[in-house]
Amino acid sequence: MTWFRKDKSGLARQEKKDIPEGLWTKCQSCGEVVYSRKMEELLWVCPNCDFHFRISSQKYIDLLLDDGALEQFDTTISSKDPLKFKDSKRYPDRIKQAQQKTGKVEGVTSGLGTIDGIPVSFAIMNFEFIGGSMGSVVGEKVARAIDRSIEREIPLVIVSCSGGARMQEGILSLMQMAKTSALLAILAEKKIPYISILTNPTTAGVMASYASLGDVILAEPKALLGFAGPRVIQQTIGEDLPEGFQSSEFFLEKGFVDRIVHRKELRDTVSRLLKFMWRR
Amino acid sequence: MDERVHLNFERPIIELEKKISDMKDFSVGEDIELSGEIASMEKKLAKLRQEIYSSLTRWQKVQLSRHPRRPYTLDYIRMMSQGFIELHGDRCFADDKALVGGFAYIDGQPVMFVGQQKGRDTKEKLFRNFGMAHPEGYRKALRLFQLAEKYDIPIVVLVDTPGAFPGIGAEERGQAEAIARNIREMSRIRVPIVIVIIGEGASGGALGIGVGDRVLMMEYAWYSVISPEGCAAILWRDAAKAPDAAEALKPTSDDLVALGIIDEVIKEPSSGAHNDPTVAANTVKQRIVETLRELMSKPIDDLLRERIEKYRHMGEFEE
Ligand SMILES: [Zn+2]
Repeated sequence: MTWFRKDKSGLARQEKKDIPEGLWTKCQSCGEVVYSRKMEELLWVCPNCDFHFRISSQKYIDLLLDDGALEQFDTTISSKDPLKFKDSKRYPDRIKQAQQKTGKVEGVTSGLGTIDGIPVSFAIMNFEFIGGSMGSVVGEKVARAIDRSIEREIPLVIVSCSGGARMQEGILSLMQMAKTSALLAILAEKKIPYISILTNPTTAGVMASYASLGDVILAEPKALLGFAGPRVIQQTIGEDLPEGFQSSEFFLEKGFVDRIVHRKELRDTVSRLLKFMWRR
Repeated sequence: MDERVHLNFERPIIELEKKISDMKDFSVGEDIELSGEIASMEKKLAKLRQEIYSSLTRWQKVQLSRHPRRPYTLDYIRMMSQGFIELHGDRCFADDKALVGGFAYIDGQPVMFVGQQKGRDTKEKLFRNFGMAHPEGYRKALRLFQLAEKYDIPIVVLVDTPGAFPGIGAEERGQAEAIARNIREMSRIRVPIVIVIIGEGASGGALGIGVGDRVLMMEYAWYSVISPEGCAAILWRDAAKAPDAAEALKPTSDDLVALGIIDEVIKEPSSGAHNDPTVAANTVKQRIVETLRELMSKPIDDLLRERIEKYRHMGEFEE
């Protein structure tokens, strides 16, 4: 790509002419510009600095499940507006907008698949849908994913990506933490493995419930994790936060994450772990 | 009468109370017959109270839940029980002063009390970290829950927190993990658990000790996914919009009954628990005793199944 750095004006001209938009991708972390098709091959990890771009839930399905095949469940569950919530927008309008933007009904996609031939109940959160926030639907779909693990006695794999509980459903969102965590207690009693994968970001209500309750907790590099958001902490304590605070690396060091796993090794790591914990 | 700490909307009541009290003092000293007038003013006071308290906004109720004279966890424990023996520490890191617990007898029944503790004056507020627990607080709570389970002693939790503490140490020591673990473990603890929201029930900080068989809530307490101020700061980008956020979040006891989240509202003395803590504590005690009696009559396996079922059904959606 050196020719490109030498001749930026040339690129600009070319872009206008015949390069379709999105052909090149600039790394948010180091500024490196990479051919998008190359990024696709690299699973959207910057070849220069290893920054993990946020990718769609579909890409994780392709990456983790055999043949990228997920038999989806609960595809029609959608949000109601139990509080008749309105801030600058009505909650139902916010939902509609998120559905149009993402093409998804809600903030989590779930179903059955296999990883290296091992059947799994799988759920993945979609950050593009109102910040991956957990309301009644996300809670219910995660709960049903846990139910499927229990009923079929198959491992549970959840990929989290969420800013926390969804404010627009008030207390009902909070109760989803109890709903999912209570079912995970039963899963644990039955000795069915649960691998929790944390991606950028996983915080607040999701981190303080199922995301933290895996038998094994894996995190992508440099993801923002934690209970409280950095801004809230900063405002509370009135001082700057240390470099790298609340990153995956920070929580690995503090003992709350088992491993930080590069995206290209994620599938292999999950498969190897499941082979230890689930032998049928 | 002293100039008492009060909220804005309480002012007319406080003023009238002072007038009546002055008049009483005067009539005693001067041998003047004022009883008729006093009686009529007391009637007026009762009516004023009724008017103000029957039309409180949600935001005013939130303010009442934080009233500086409101009874706190240790006040309730002192007024409701005998032989309280506080137990300290999480056996890992420290003793969190924002979260207290220990054995006590309530109406002769041994129980394990656990609850957040706020402070009243500045020094005590700092000592109690404003009722905002660190991970070691949640881990102490879990240790006490498991101790209670080991000796078959039912658990009574008093929730009163503006939130789990958001700080560097709290994150380093795994605030999210501590809360998540408590929520999971509480759903399986093999003794009856009664939760009473006595003041503020803010988010994960409240739920981290808030999973149980029955959830009771004081009339002027609030319980939600976020504080009205926090919600206003994020959704309205202005913390001063907290009154609007309080309306939107529907966090009051009446709201939570309507939403099917809590089991029961505990009526407070007219004009709030802070105006008659003894009566408030007696009411709470009666409700705890009766609820425990009911729960203890059930086989524990049934209780555990119902506990999970109760949370399993929370949430509203369509499909
Ligand atoms: Zn980079």
